[in-house]
Amino acid sequence: MSNAVAAPKKGGFLAGTANYLDERVGVAGILKEFGRKVFPDHWSFMLGEVALYSFLVLLLSGTFLTFFFQPSMEPVIYNGVYGPLKGAEMSIAYASTLDISFEVRGGLLMRQVHHWSALLFVAAAGLHMLRVFFTGAFRKPREINWVVGFVLFVLGMAGGFTGYSLPDDLLSGNGLRIIDGMIKGIPVIGAYTSSLLFGGEFPGEAIVARLYGLHILLVPALILVFIVIHLFMVVIHKHTHYSGPGRKDSNVVGYPLMPVYVAKAGGFFFIVFGVIMLIAATFTINPVWNYGGYDPSPVSAGTQPDWYIGWLDGALRLAPSHLEVHVGGVTWAWNILLPMIVGVGFLVVVAAYPFIEAWVTGDKREHHVLDRPRNAPTRTAIGAAGVTFYAVLWAGAGTDLIATNFKMSLNQVLTSMQILLFVAPIAAYIIAKRTCLSLQRKDREIALHGRESGRIVRLPHGEYIEVHEPLDEFEQWKLVDFKDYQPTLARPNAAGKITLRARLRAGLSRFYFEDRIAPVTQTEIDAAHHHGDHDAVEAAEVKAVEA
Amino acid sequence: MSEKKLAKSGSHNAEHEYEGGLAVIAPDAVRDPGLEPHRTRMTDKSVKHEKAAARQVAALFLVSIAGSAFAVYAYFAFPITEALGTVRNNTLLLGLGITLGLFGIGIGAVHWAKTLMPDAEVSEERHQTRGSEEVRARAVEIIKLADSESGFSRRKLIRRSLYGALALFPLPAIMIFGDLGPNPGDTLRHTMWKKGTRLAKDPTGTPIKASDVTLGSVFHVIPEGLSELEHGKLEEKAKAAVLLVRLDPADLKESDERKSWSYDGIVAYSKICTHVGCPVALYEQQTHHLLCPCHQSTFDVTDACKVIFGPASRPLPQLPITVDAEGYLIAQSDFTEPVGPSFWER
Repeated sequence: MSNAVAAPKKGGFLAGTANYLDERVGVAGILKEFGRKVFPDHWSFMLGEVALYSFLVLLLSGTFLTFFFQPSMEPVIYNGVYGPLKGAEMSIAYASTLDISFEVRGGLLMRQVHHWSALLFVAAAGLHMLRVFFTGAFRKPREINWVVGFVLFVLGMAGGFTGYSLPDDLLSGNGLRIIDGMIKGIPVIGAYTSSLLFGGEFPGEAIVARLYGLHILLVPALILVFIVIHLFMVVIHKHTHYSGPGRKDSNVVGYPLMPVYVAKAGGFFFIVFGVIMLIAATFTINPVWNYGGYDPSPVSAGTQPDWYIGWLDGALRLAPSHLEVHVGGVTWAWNILLPMIVGVGFLVVVAAYPFIEAWVTGDKREHHVLDRPRNAPTRTAIGAAGVTFYAVLWAGAGTDLIATNFKMSLNQVLTSMQILLFVAPIAAYIIAKRTCLSLQRKDREIALHGRESGRIVRLPHGEYIEVHEPLDEFEQWKLVDFKDYQPTLARPNAAGKITLRARLRAGLSRFYFEDRIAPVTQTEIDAAHHHGDHDAVEAAEVKAVEA
Repeated sequence: MSEKKLAKSGSHNAEHEYEGGLAVIAPDAVRDPGLEPHRTRMTDKSVKHEKAAARQVAALFLVSIAGSAFAVYAYFAFPITEALGTVRNNTLLLGLGITLGLFGIGIGAVHWAKTLMPDAEVSEERHQTRGSEEVRARAVEIIKLADSESGFSRRKLIRRSLYGALALFPLPAIMIFGDLGPNPGDTLRHTMWKKGTRLAKDPTGTPIKASDVTLGSVFHVIPEGLSELEHGKLEEKAKAAVLLVRLDPADLKESDERKSWSYDGIVAYSKICTHVGCPVALYEQQTHHLLCPCHQSTFDVTDACKVIFGPASRPLPQLPITVDAEGYLIAQSDFTEPVGPSFWER
């Protein structure tokens, strides 16, 4: 100890600083623990990084915007530089948004950076979730981190919607009007909740300031907390890696944090920021000056929410007519409640999926090697069905634009969407599952007999064969390294009774694993090679004859 | 394959011995060949390539410097003035400068990592997430110790009263949100319209004469006096907005009780959609349909604005109108039912 304190200041400023920090915060121990931590490399692991970096960009650009934005709905007469709206009555919030756009240098740029990075944040988080889903990265021990990530996705949507509503323009005002209508439709508490939220009747003069508080304080703070939990768990579990030679559930293969990963990930932050900046500099988004301030009477045709709210708006549109029920003097607005139940139900299934699959497989092992999507056909098919369901709802939010752009009947487009909502996920399920099984069969074929070389050889007795090139053991490993599950029967418990739970589980395991392709075993490969040797001998004979 | 072959252990690693559930372990599974041999890059093999890569990285960082400098220049050189094009130039050139500043650093760093830093992948052991048996035993011991020292399990009275206190303490926190908004009362049932209120054009506020409304024309209407309101202008407008249409009286299918609500083929309907409250602003002149642009609910003006398509359930409420002595259109009364989206008590 005394030695360390008395250590001479050799090595100059850097060493001095390092010594200073180590003696106060123990930085040496932190570096020893984390400095050479191994991170696996794959392009799909960057999706989560994109989300993280977009969030940082959101914090930076959002902070800039708060210096100029005024979240007040007090009416003013606009007298700024934007000619077409001069003299118009509008809220201070909308006027200050115009000022940011037309009077602050770089203001419009920052608004567009903020909006584009918000769209990218939710998109990247969604794609990251899909990557995690289709590779089975949510399996033990990462089920809880899946839920944390899910919460982040929902918070991302919440952050997006609260921000979208702040400029108090015609488009966002109509968005709030829809939210107000949905809230009013909630049984018993609807009208009260709406009044509490808006501080009285819609639109009132409170909602923008309230959403502003949520948007700049509560939602980003929660996102930050959940990101910290999310990454903390990544450190605890260490990152998953794709199946490959030498990659096991008991190790992690990749590049050390320092220097390679720091350079790559740090550089990637600047690239993501650069891409957002490039889009923001060249593509207009949310030109609120075209819409005008909020007024409950006008509305423009072809209104669209930001993309991540589209699926909920689509759900509202796809509800059939005349669902509302009036009984005993109260109103059940099923045309609003049903879409809300569908939306919430979908999210609950997404959040609960890891637990459902774990229960069905009964697999209590830790999984750190990722599945190739084809090697879990039923999961991949369920995912495809879920994505399709979401996509139909999402496309449902664009029924009017589809109809006008493709010159179709609006009514028929909507009716088709209603049918597709049920039919398309089932079709997607079947197609995805069959495709996975076919790809697995192809993998088996290649693992056993090698790759088709396109070289046709004629044997002495006249037979034509195509020469197959054998794989090396590393390539082969990628095709055979997956776990195989077998459906189980419902078994009686200790009391000799087959419970409903056991029946359900057996039924689900049959649904999951009835169609399966087992991985190629060594015995099969040896047998195939024997056959292959036979071919090779014949091929050699051919050459001899040719010579 | 028999049930016996279902896995008891996941892998050959003793550390990972858990129940494998329905996983099948083949005794003759292919063996992992281990990490593939590392392939050296050109930059590892040739000094020329290494030096070129180093120059490229440095050049990218220099591009970044140039980009940032240009952004600062653009900030001053392209100010925003009254001319609208200046906003575009400022946004574009400032943004492109910053973009270069960011891309130079980002691509430079990644290029550096990929060409000049070691690219041999390394393997590190993972440890099971669960603690070792000793650690787990010690954790249980600590919990038990804490329990016995505090008497948490033993002292039922303390425990249960604590549960009660914890359950109730958030209550004030919920209550104080009560003043976020007033009790809605009957505000949702009434609008600004009352007997004798003139129908005025939106947004100018000029009253409309019945003779101004030609056949097939449509007017966006607000109650006269709305623009002069000191407070609650938008709140009143959000309930009172009306669409006025004149049809050939022969086209109108009117029930007996509503025969007197229209005037010479002129009908007035609430503009607020009965679905979730968007303005039903699109009028199709040929079919006499009103279409809500938000969720495409469609209402038939000739038939009491009944829903003929889309998610709405109820017809748009009709405003009973007539004319006053000067020939201006006036309301006979308020709407006879609540306008806008459904709510529980309506």
